Amino acid sequence: MDEPRQPATDASPVIEPGYTFGTVTDKIASIVLTRPTSNGWFFGFGIAFLLTMMMLYAVGYLFIRGVGIWGITIPIGWGFAIVNFVWWIGIGHAGTLISAILLLLRQSWRNSINRFAEAMTLFAVSAAGLFPLIHVGRPWLAYWLFPYPNTMNYWPQFRSPLVWDVFAVSTYATISLLFWFIGLVPDLATLRDRSTNRAAQIIYGMLALGWRGSARHWHRYETAYLLLAGLATPLVLSVHTVVSFDFAIAIVPGWHTTIFPPYFVAGAIYSGFAMVLMLAIPIRKFYGLEDFITERHLQNSAKVMLATGLIVAYGYAIEAFMGWYSGNRYDTFTLWNRLHGPYAPCYYALLACNIFVPQVLWIRKLRTSPFALFLISGVILVGMWLERFIIVVVSLHRDFLTSSWGMYYPTRWDWMTYIGTIGMFLAAMFLFVRILPMISIFEMRTLLPEAEVKE
Amino acid sequence: MKRTPSYGIMAEFDSPQQLVDAAHRTHQAGYLKIDAYSPFPVEGLAEAIGFHKNNVPLVVLIGGLLGGLSGYALQYWISAISYPINVGGKPYHSWPAFIVVTFEMTILFGGIFAVFGMLALNGLPMPYHPVFNVPRFAFATKDRFFLIVFSTDPKYSPSETRRFLETLDPRSISEVPS
Repeated sequence: MDEPRQPATDASPVIEPGYTFGTVTDKIASIVLTRPTSNGWFFGFGIAFLLTMMMLYAVGYLFIRGVGIWGITIPIGWGFAIVNFVWWIGIGHAGTLISAILLLLRQSWRNSINRFAEAMTLFAVSAAGLFPLIHVGRPWLAYWLFPYPNTMNYWPQFRSPLVWDVFAVSTYATISLLFWFIGLVPDLATLRDRSTNRAAQIIYGMLALGWRGSARHWHRYETAYLLLAGLATPLVLSVHTVVSFDFAIAIVPGWHTTIFPPYFVAGAIYSGFAMVLMLAIPIRKFYGLEDFITERHLQNSAKVMLATGLIVAYGYAIEAFMGWYSGNRYDTFTLWNRLHGPYAPCYYALLACNIFVPQVLWIRKLRTSPFALFLISGVILVGMWLERFIIVVVSLHRDFLTSSWGMYYPTRWDWMTYIGTIGMFLAAMFLFVRILPMISIFEMRTLLPEAEVKE
Repeated sequence: MKRTPSYGIMAEFDSPQQLVDAAHRTHQAGYLKIDAYSPFPVEGLAEAIGFHKNNVPLVVLIGGLLGGLSGYALQYWISAISYPINVGGKPYHSWPAFIVVTFEMTILFGGIFAVFGMLALNGLPMPYHPVFNVPRFAFATKDRFFLIVFSTDPKYSPSETRRFLETLDPRSISEVPS
């Protein structure tokens, strides 16, 4: 195996030639420090901000009136809140995959997309975390989920996957934040030294913690970063596994399957890469970053989507097969209900969005076309949302007893909360690209040929 | 004890290769209290200045073990001793159900120890440091590479050390006020 570790295709480079340490630094730092804030930014941020306000309105009304304003009824006690929770947390997974798993696999192309993918993770997890909190009905008592000594002499039930989920998601949020911040420290030091504005110097200076790039510091930093990546890798796989346990450990037909953990993880990465592309394609266009986020990045992301999409397709196939093969009348009925029940259009839309449309990614021309990728990513995001809708709602609405069957219709409050969190997520992304370096500057420097040192 | 008026002498280089070579030669010349600064991690630089002891892995191991053990102990104590509830006849000490939280706590503590342990070992946050007094040092976070010999080095002498650093062909040399 003496083959050089080059891609077999004539792929474009990770970074276009002709850059130096200085020009890479200036190009990325100037977006934050000197480039005037465009009208487009204000327009986009304004819309995202208004959507965030709409979400706050919906949540405020929820706090006054209670969860009865939502479409949830018995037997469908888990409506949009859980659908959206799973959707958002899945989207977050791509950020950790890019920053941790691809780092361990020495995929250096990740260096230009890991920073904003990590930011995406953080904001997606924030949006996800909101839903269980507001779904508990009495959100001011949400801290009861954590084990703490209290006068009620009461403790959480550690045999319940819902408690595991609290630990998994809060660990995930904490580790994602630490990973993102620690990656930012050297770049914050760059901004501190490059900015001419006194207030910016002080703020970036405080956030940079006095980083000065000492060889001793870099050595420990790299070790800590690598170990953190090693810890985040099993963590990210565990988070969606635990989310799937919320379903798989229950005995509801359509939930009680062993395929859930791997198929949830694959689905999470699938939707996460779709979101990465939906963010990366406009960002690289508007900020002129085509030299750093090249065709290679788009192609690789498309290939990851193709692969994880096929795993998801396998998951659907096994679910359908087991529905028939198990001989269990409830499982068989679940399959029949998906194909012919009142929500059947959702299932066919799911198959179209998640299985059939993404197959066009086999075509090289579409894999390298930003516009086509943007559209396909949007389709996948819709498809992955439908998947969670089908798992949550369609499984619950017709379970064992026909007398307890029901229907679920989301109300406008459901939609306002859901679309509002998209606004919150986008507003956070807009602020992020404006005030922090969206590409890791120091990791980009290491990609340049001058960075190589011979012993 | 003699008061030293300066913190050290600093040389500036253009490339990581020059810095690693210079660091090697300075270390070989018998200077022990030296440091190098670069805008990105440079392979072999820590070895070149004679830095080998890295305690970060140990700190992370301790953190991970602490998190895992305390997570399991917490669940055992709650479920078997403090608040035993019979759920479907499962044993109070139902260890397979405790694995998930134990695992998450291992990761959580390992990660927190990795970040804060690394910062603590590096002596960060440290908003002020004498090297920041050198105006050229602002480029240490952009595209310049610096080597410093601290004035606490036994071999340090303001004139001798400066002359030695000049032989390394630096772009500039400056004294760091303490």
